[in-house]
Amino acid sequence: MEANATPRDRAASHDLADIRAQFPILEREVNGRPLVYLDSAASAQQPQRVIDRIERYCREQHANVHRGAHALSVEATEAFEGARQLVAGHVGVSDPAEIVFTRGTTESVNLVAASWGAANVGAGDEIVLTKMEHHSNIVPWQLLARRTGAVLRYVDVTPDGRLDLDDYARLLGPRTRLVGVTHVSNGLGTINPVVEITELAHDAGALVLVDGAQAAPHLMVDTHAIGCDFYAFSGHKMCGPTGIGALWARRELLEGMEPYQGGGEMISEVTLEGSKWAEIPHKFEAGTPNIAGAVGFGEAVAFLSDVGHDRLAAHEDEIIAYALERLSAVPGVTLYGPRENRTSVFSFTLGDIHPHDLSTILDQGGIAIRAGHHCNQPLMDHMGVSATARASFYLYNTRAEVDALIDGLGMAARVFGGVSSTE
Amino acid sequence: MSYPPQNRQAGADREIPSTLSTLYQEVILDHYRRPRNKGVLEGATHTITMNNPLCGDVIELMLRVAGDRIQEARFAGRGCSISQASASMLTGRVAGRTLEEAVELSARFTRLLHGDEGLLDDDDLGDLRALAGVSRFPVRIKCALLGWNCLEELSDAGDDESVAGPE
Repeated sequence: MEANATPRDRAASHDLADIRAQFPILEREVNGRPLVYLDSAASAQQPQRVIDRIERYCREQHANVHRGAHALSVEATEAFEGARQLVAGHVGVSDPAEIVFTRGTTESVNLVAASWGAANVGAGDEIVLTKMEHHSNIVPWQLLARRTGAVLRYVDVTPDGRLDLDDYARLLGPRTRLVGVTHVSNGLGTINPVVEITELAHDAGALVLVDGAQAAPHLMVDTHAIGCDFYAFSGHKMCGPTGIGALWARRELLEGMEPYQGGGEMISEVTLEGSKWAEIPHKFEAGTPNIAGAVGFGEAVAFLSDVGHDRLAAHEDEIIAYALERLSAVPGVTLYGPRENRTSVFSFTLGDIHPHDLSTILDQGGIAIRAGHHCNQPLMDHMGVSATARASFYLYNTRAEVDALIDGLGMAARVFGGVSSTE
Repeated sequence: MSYPPQNRQAGADREIPSTLSTLYQEVILDHYRRPRNKGVLEGATHTITMNNPLCGDVIELMLRVAGDRIQEARFAGRGCSISQASASMLTGRVAGRTLEEAVELSARFTRLLHGDEGLLDDDDLGDLRALAGVSRFPVRIKCALLGWNCLEELSDAGDDESVAGPE
């Protein structure tokens, strides 16, 4: 391959080396071998500038937000609200008041289920989800259904790992109150047609919540272009810290919703008889927020924006093509998920070698993958497997790391004395 | 396209590291691929199913206890080579013992998994000693113990209070 490298290839390679150099963790070794981190769908690594930004906040700017008139409180508030603006911009939102900071996608979904759901979903009403949802976009609705007597319906998944849109159209009805759908499947990498899904839901009079945890890191997301009503995503999947995420919702929706939690920060006036709520988004941010986390999240989206969507997309396309080519050529590998219209997360099995054994063997070679059900048990049941191995790539991964994975699979096959089929 | 050379792995013919060959001994892979005593146990007096919610491994352990001794043990389930091989070995090692003796064996096996090398000479552990390599992989210890946790649960439940479900 080196011999055939074109000037364009060499430029891309230089570009990638430059990006890798910004992620200090990529320099470390695991089990005596260079780390090959293929678990970014679980949590992505952070570049130095995000780490630095959080440190600077803690060293120089920390105080409580929206409270004091003193200089530090003003600076902390500016950093916090500045981060909100950056995060809003990343998903095409011009009004930062429409961005509620949460602990992550899971809390964002729980907020909608608890607040909007409790007020708008009653006994016999229907919530349409899909069989490829992450548990975090299933369980909050199960809790709501248990409280209200609502009914949950699940859109089927086709054998090639796509949503069955005919089944979806059949499930929509006059009682459908909300459609909850993942933008990108964390188990299969499928990019779902959320625009079409939203249109159909709106025609049926239902609102749409999109789980963007796996999409916001990889795709150019524009919530207005999607047309959906709620969009949930997490900082740590997109080079930010853990414990911070966001919920976007249209202003009028947020204004009409009851608070999720009560406490400080979310009120405008409290008497012993009752309280008045603060304006959005603060109405939904009870208590002192994760300020350092939000500031780090803001820096992470600024980093991604500086890298640029075109470069991200070009790199992603190349990794997808190369990983698909190499993985599908390995004897005994079964790949799940579609070939096209996907992101760079690959679920697979290797013969009768259990994914946990695979993960242990790869880890000895410094290669980090995820093994298990990926918080996707209904999807796994549907595919007839109890667990898969999952390799997920991000902007810092290289083709050489795909090669390392393939070599690691060869090692696993030799440790097991060959690969026999489970069929 | 060329990338920094330090990211290159050695070729697929790289030697199997000793930690891996110690973990995945032939006898373990043999029990994984040709499990002993797998399937429904007719006339089971004790049945329990336990899973590891973290990884999805499942073991159903079935015992036929008569007098005070385990006459026969069988298992069903799915999961990694360590959990399945360990359960397969369990069914062979506990037959003929009282529940109390079986639980005592479980305690010794647990010590082996936590690195007690003195037990490598304990012939009573039999094939189970092949699982000693698990001690180098702390996250996998729970895999090796899943079947044994079933046994201990059954023992705790007592003879009369069988956890048997409708078959």
